[in-house]
Amino acid sequence: MTESAVNALSKHPKTTVRASLIGKRIPKLDAPEKATGLSRYIEDIKLPRMLYGKILFAERPHARILDIDVSAAKALDGVRAVLTASDIELVPFGFGKDNTALKKERVTCVRDEVAAVAADTPEIAADAVKHIRVTYEDLPVVTSPGEALKEGAPVIHPEVPDNTPFRYDYSHGDVAAGIRQSDVIVEDTYVLHRVAHCCLGTSGIIAYFDADGKLVLHSLTQVPFLYKHELSGIVGVAPENVRIIQPPIGGGFGSKLDIHPFEPICVFLAKATSRPVRLVFSREEEFLATPTRQPVVIHLKSGARKDGTFTFRDVHMTLDNGGHTSWGATTPWIMMRTFSSLYRVPHVRQHVDVVYTNNIYACAFRGYGNPQATFALESQVDQLAEELGMDPLELRLTNTQDPGETTGQGMILRTCGLKECLEIAARNAGWEEKRKNVGQVIRHATVRERSGKRNKDVRPEDSSLVRGIGMASLFHVGGGAKIYRSDGCGTILKIDDFGGITVLTGSSEIGQGSETMIAQIVAEELGLPIKNIRVINNDTDLTPWDVGAHASRTVFIAGNSALRAAREARGKLVDAAAVRLKRKPEELDLEEGNVVDRSNGEPLESIGKIIRGLHFGAKNKLIMTTDFYEPPSTSPDEKHMGNISACYAFGTHVTEVEVDLDTGVVKVLKVCAAHDVGRVINRLGIEGQVEGGIVQGIGYCLTEEVRVEGGHILNPTFTDYKICTTTDLPELNISFVETNDPAGPYGAKGIGESPLIPVAAAIANAVYNATGVRITELPLTPEKVLMKLKEAWS
Amino acid sequence: MHKVLDKVELSFIVNGEAVRLKAMPHATLLDVLRNDLELTGTKYGCGEGECGACSVLLNGKVVNSCLVLALECEGSQILTIEGLSTNGRLHPIQKAFIDYGAIQCGFCTPGMIMATYALLEANPSPTAMEVKRGLEGNLCRCTGYRKIVDAVLSLS
Repeated sequence: MTESAVNALSKHPKTTVRASLIGKRIPKLDAPEKATGLSRYIEDIKLPRMLYGKILFAERPHARILDIDVSAAKALDGVRAVLTASDIELVPFGFGKDNTALKKERVTCVRDEVAAVAADTPEIAADAVKHIRVTYEDLPVVTSPGEALKEGAPVIHPEVPDNTPFRYDYSHGDVAAGIRQSDVIVEDTYVLHRVAHCCLGTSGIIAYFDADGKLVLHSLTQVPFLYKHELSGIVGVAPENVRIIQPPIGGGFGSKLDIHPFEPICVFLAKATSRPVRLVFSREEEFLATPTRQPVVIHLKSGARKDGTFTFRDVHMTLDNGGHTSWGATTPWIMMRTFSSLYRVPHVRQHVDVVYTNNIYACAFRGYGNPQATFALESQVDQLAEELGMDPLELRLTNTQDPGETTGQGMILRTCGLKECLEIAARNAGWEEKRKNVGQVIRHATVRERSGKRNKDVRPEDSSLVRGIGMASLFHVGGGAKIYRSDGCGTILKIDDFGGITVLTGSSEIGQGSETMIAQIVAEELGLPIKNIRVINNDTDLTPWDVGAHASRTVFIAGNSALRAAREARGKLVDAAAVRLKRKPEELDLEEGNVVDRSNGEPLESIGKIIRGLHFGAKNKLIMTTDFYEPPSTSPDEKHMGNISACYAFGTHVTEVEVDLDTGVVKVLKVCAAHDVGRVINRLGIEGQVEGGIVQGIGYCLTEEVRVEGGHILNPTFTDYKICTTTDLPELNISFVETNDPAGPYGAKGIGESPLIPVAAAIANAVYNATGVRITELPLTPEKVLMKLKEAWS
Repeated sequence: MHKVLDKVELSFIVNGEAVRLKAMPHATLLDVLRNDLELTGTKYGCGEGECGACSVLLNGKVVNSCLVLALECEGSQILTIEGLSTNGRLHPIQKAFIDYGAIQCGFCTPGMIMATYALLEANPSPTAMEVKRGLEGNLCRCTGYRKIVDAVLSLS
């Protein structure tokens, strides 16, 4: 939608008598229900005659299935169905169409689903899967992309003989010319690891068929409308006969963007038993059978002129796809955009191989590959700064783009607050002062031989704890991402006889606060208290289409759609009031549930009364509006060029760390973050997004790793997989740069993923600043840090 | 085949109400609260005492109810999230969590609130570090903990 289109809808724009709700701290609408334990998550929902589903996983990384004997399982009391691939129609699904609900001939990773049971109790179901006997013939296991790409490597999916299901190439400019123009060139390899979403609520689903054969799913999907379409094809039910209801969801972070095999499996169990079936994972199953973030090896080479101007960037990425392909195989589409467009770079070339292995497979995870790309890029920008003898802040400012520019990859930056983000974050952190104290000694300890590039002047041989400061910036989509054919969202708005509003939005709520943002926008436009707004967002039979909760798109796209529906309703309401009150519409405004005199704010009539007059008076009308908002973005062309988002988000984090040279422990002391969010809608909510993203990013950088050896997961528990706790929370200083994007609702852009993206790079840069040791492989565990320190000093 | 165990009779007080029921000897307090008493506000997050989503008060002390056998609770006083608000009025801890934005997906919230309750009973005016230490056993993946800590500090 163009700016003029938004204004056209606002035919009776608000005045400013009442304090605006935009930018205020609004508590989350569903918080009381969650705080009292009344929210019914998937594991809390029990339907009459409901059965319990359980899956038998292969637990071997690569094997041929020779035989499955389910007779002992079927013979158990209370077992109502046992399914294998022979019992269902196998429709390939997933982004690479290389997965099926149950596996028939071969398994290609440990999590592969081989059989499933529905039983009267969870205990019987668990017992039954243990009674299923599968005979396998083990096949050679490919544990890394390196092995998979070797000549004569075992083939994982016969239809892809080179184990490389996807390759992407991108370029703008001429890298050879860029190399010639460079005074300084840096080249390095960055190794990014596998991490799990660790939603506190584990995955689950309830499936049943109603009396007329319609399939009803209580599902945790983040993308209900795409899901409904794809799932209908897998389970053989017409899409118009599938209804998706989303209960409160115990965390998403991208994990619920794909259809996972357990979901069609549960439908097949419901079909086989003609009863509702609930399937909820244990924590161990959650680690085993939900995909992770993409592990990727990034080889990056880049150059600059003496004055710091970037000249070129040459990128080669290899992703570990695992044994199947999810939407995760498309994360390079976002990664490439950071390399091409975080800064102004005239010459960029990128090649990506997505490679099958027999590891567990990966999917979307907050940032969609961008944290990985940003780690490589922003580490290398610091390496370039050092080669150039420039301050990293100055080098970044030299290459920051201006509002109005179009990036090398064709993205139009109508707003770009990166320069302000860099300056504000640096100022809040005391950058200049603290960079002088590199390798600052905090505590004197044992005498030992130590040296390092940056800290030799501070007698490191005497220090045990050293401090450092580092920065990293980010670039991300802020106005949706046109990956699918439509990136839109619909809204239906109705006003009841008493001034109560119901908003039906296509957007999904996974904890991020979208329902509160939508209520806030509608309340703002219609001059009603926020408590009058009810948001319904979880039932595909009621709500209009939306592409899903991903790409940090909900504030921008669902927000715009709600804004347009509300503005149209506002126009109708003011017109009706004008007729009733015999005033001109431009003399009226809506405030606190009343129609008021615009000149002095004096209440004239309640909104409820206006509606009742319209409803029961001569006109017999009600006010209901609908909107479908499609952002003004374009699908990328086959060369990955194009303005895929309606606007773009930027940000900078400046991070202080303390490194213990004796133990290798890195502690994050303080993060100063500045984000260009266009405009703050709900300050409480947006702070929560930034704080949560930072702490999740600290876990990504320092403590988290799904350890996979020989295709097997070594640490599928919170005992051995460490996410951050309260004591890892650093001091946080958060600023918002409000660039007021012309396309955003009230100027707002997306924020959901941004705060996680630069965290690891900023920490690694700070660790380098503290120790003089550059670590290019995550996570920065004490063992790794200590090893790298020892290597550097030996 | 397994020997089928018999259920054992059990009585305790949950949220001020006397409860008598029969539970399997291996049933955890979490199982009984969620399945027998339908007090589903107490959450399963990991089943091994690592995440704190199942935190309840047992005789005034916070426990991971997934690690406590129901039979151990004979004669005990148990407080769950459902027992915190009275007559539809939110407990001040619940109110603070709501107002301070300490709730996103909300899955950790009941456990976090019960751990806070125990913390404030033991130490009505904790420092920030004491709050962090007191809630260290409760994982949250959404909020980054800052707003949780702020909410708790607002009560001290």
